[in-house]
Amino acid sequence: MADNRKAGTCIYWQLFWSFFKIGAFTFGGGWAMISLIEREMVDKYKWIKRDEFLDLLSLSQSLPGVMAVNIAVSVGDKLRGLRGCVVAAAGTILPSFLIILAIAVYLTPDTINNNRVVNAVFTGIRPCVVALIIAPVITSARSANMGWRTVWIPIAVAVSIAVGLSPILFIVIGGFAGWWWLARHESKRRLNN
Amino acid sequence: MAVYIKLIWAYMKIGLFGFGGGYAMLALIEREIVTPGWITKQMFTDVVAVSQMTPGPIGINSATYIGYAVTGSVWGSVVATITVVLPSFLLVLYAGHFIRRHKDSTAIRGIFAGLRPVVIGLIASAAILMMNRQNFIDNTWSIFICAVSLAAVLLTRIHPIFIICLAGLAGFVIYY
Repeated sequence: MADNRKAGTCIYWQLFWSFFKIGAFTFGGGWAMISLIEREMVDKYKWIKRDEFLDLLSLSQSLPGVMAVNIAVSVGDKLRGLRGCVVAAAGTILPSFLIILAIAVYLTPDTINNNRVVNAVFTGIRPCVVALIIAPVITSARSANMGWRTVWIPIAVAVSIAVGLSPILFIVIGGFAGWWWLARHESKRRLNN
Repeated sequence: MAVYIKLIWAYMKIGLFGFGGGYAMLALIEREIVTPGWITKQMFTDVVAVSQMTPGPIGINSATYIGYAVTGSVWGSVVATITVVLPSFLLVLYAGHFIRRHKDSTAIRGIFAGLRPVVIGLIASAAILMMNRQNFIDNTWSIFICAVSLAAVLLTRIHPIFIICLAGLAGFVIYY
């Protein structure tokens, strides 16, 4: 918190600019954004801790809507409440809004889709985007202290979703299982005391 | 005016029921926007293709584009974009406050403890689903780009934005 205070008034600007950059370089949906957000929010500005970051991701993923905006709102809210939310969400939305609007007004989608240079550049960017999605799997598994006893959970979830089961199902099961596990754990501990 | 109200209604539903990120949302967008005949299926396919080639979440991109296409005015874009964001904006805000107030309760701590491994699995599944021919058009350079990018993100301090730019440059050099 001390760092945030020191930054003073310009934290809103930092928040906006961070999410503007993130919005401007997120190709391939919200998942690809996680690496960028982690670098900006956790490593660079140290606004959130790595394990808190995973909880913000859980929240953003558990609710409907555009995940990138949900992440922005939860980070903005954590830092500066409602005003933080608006600033972070605006930063995330603005780059794609402006670019798409320019395309809609001045170009036809065809000019973009059939441009050889654009196609070549994106053929290079797409595998990089996949790497940017693999990276947070590894960093967050590390920060969540995944051991041999728990590592089967993400693997089972990933495989089940990849073959077509609904992610919502696992969010619900995971939430309830965690609640049940912790309640049992704590009542046991009370009994032992 | 009526078209704006319909647009707000459609995107409100998309924002409220679009679980699971961009690609999962596409099915919903198609049902709300293409089925009523607001835009043609061909145009929808074009919008998706453009969304993949421009930065930003697909949900936002499609709202901005379709909002303009349907009304012929910038205000259509503004209205559709704000409406698709608003429901989850309020939900996240409300949920955030609720969670902070009860963050020491067994329920909230337990739920988040249970969600952590699941979310890691969700991210992994997104990565698995993206390992397809559309993203890896060959078995040599695209795998090389992916491996080098991954090593750069995990092992160096290079900013991911810079890595994306380098990958784009590599794509231009290799594939043009």
